[in-house]
Amino acid sequence: MTVGILVVSHSAAIAEGTVALARQMAADVPLVAAGGTDDGGIGTSFEAITEGIGELAGADAVVVLCDLGSAYLTVDTALDFLDDDARGRVHVSSAPVVEGTIAAAVAAQTGGDADAVLAAAATAATSGADAGSASSPVLGDQTAEAASDAPSGDRPGGAVPVDGTADGDDAVASATVELVNESGLHARPAAEFVKAAAKHEARVSVNGVDAKSLLAIMALALPKGASVTIDATGPDARDAVDTLVSLVRSGFGE
Amino acid sequence: MALDTAWATDWVHRTLATIDEHRAELVTLDREIGDGDHGENLDRGFRAVVEAVDAGSFDTPGAVLKVVATKLISTVGGAAGPLFGTAYLKAAQAAGDATELDADALVAVLTAARDGVVSRGKAEVGDKTMVDAWSAAVDAAATAAAAGESPERVLEAAADAARTGAESTEPLVARKGRASYLGERAVGHRDPGAQSTAYILRAAADAA
Repeated sequence: MTVGILVVSHSAAIAEGTVALARQMAADVPLVAAGGTDDGGIGTSFEAITEGIGELAGADAVVVLCDLGSAYLTVDTALDFLDDDARGRVHVSSAPVVEGTIAAAVAAQTGGDADAVLAAAATAATSGADAGSASSPVLGDQTAEAASDAPSGDRPGGAVPVDGTADGDDAVASATVELVNESGLHARPAAEFVKAAAKHEARVSVNGVDAKSLLAIMALALPKGASVTIDATGPDARDAVDTLVSLVRSGFGE
Repeated sequence: MALDTAWATDWVHRTLATIDEHRAELVTLDREIGDGDHGENLDRGFRAVVEAVDAGSFDTPGAVLKVVATKLISTVGGAAGPLFGTAYLKAAQAAGDATELDADALVAVLTAARDGVVSRGKAEVGDKTMVDAWSAAVDAAATAAAAGESPERVLEAAADAARTGAESTEPLVARKGRASYLGERAVGHRDPGAQSTAYILRAAADAA
């Protein structure tokens, strides 16, 4: 299952920038930018959107992320001109364009189908807002890598262990490790973490949040030196925890 | 004048003329409660429309309306492109192969246009959008047609009602479109899309 992603914005710079940002974390996902009008102005282009969907013809499904209202209108209009087969492959997400695209791209990179990619994008509407109110300064530092200069140490919420709850016959595993890489669990390492977690059947949490949700992990804003508690419940819980522990100890290659 | 292909072509030319004449006003209305590009976008769109209509040869008013639709969709970058584009596309479909529109066909064309805008933009009457002008026009046209008026008189009634509908957006709080971000601050300003709808329908009546 390949899901391609089309980013539609009033601004070519926003669409291309968002694609570049997402590509950093999802190198194998087909991502296409359709921003601005045909003459390079601010607005959305029916032609660019139609061509973008065409460029993603090789994907099994296409998820479209849009910015402001008329981007949705232009996408809807472009879909009306497709034949039924082509239209059925295209799904429009209502998630915020930047966070939604990144979450969608990581879900697509981990092999998610169209529903999984749409669901991942939809988490951007809530976790993005939470992150903004709780830890926006740290979140803001992530792309600039400014966090690498910050002194290491405990931060509130950074190392709170959670009780692993086991139900039924599911295996349970847990471990706590320290983040050793300079920039902490910022966007790229968080994406690596999600990709590794998504390969396991077990339900995995990191410091109490879903380890398969990129935005939830990024919202934790864990810096170097923070404790990371990984809990897993499910048939391959032990392997999930071992894999993620090694990944954290390896410093994500930084 | 009968509502035939020549009428549709004249309507297109008159639309460009009126949009050109009122471009600054539409830009101002849109700057007050939107992003300020409505006048420029429509002007660019209808320039492309006139170019395409003048270059082609058409047998029916519906064929002209279809060209208007595809040109607006592909050249107007703002919400007006898909909204007016859909209106003209649905209007063209309703006009079908008729070489001339009678009063009932005209009502069907205007209704299809309005319904296209509603389904594309998901706005209702009272949301402070172009739907307020379109719906007023459709209602007035239907009343005039039911009273046995000529197609020309039906269009005249539609154009007058569209202007009143556009004026009726002034006291409203916007519930759709860019102006909906402004809340109470949009009160007292006329919706630019409703105003341009009124100019477009006035051009249709003047061409008849």
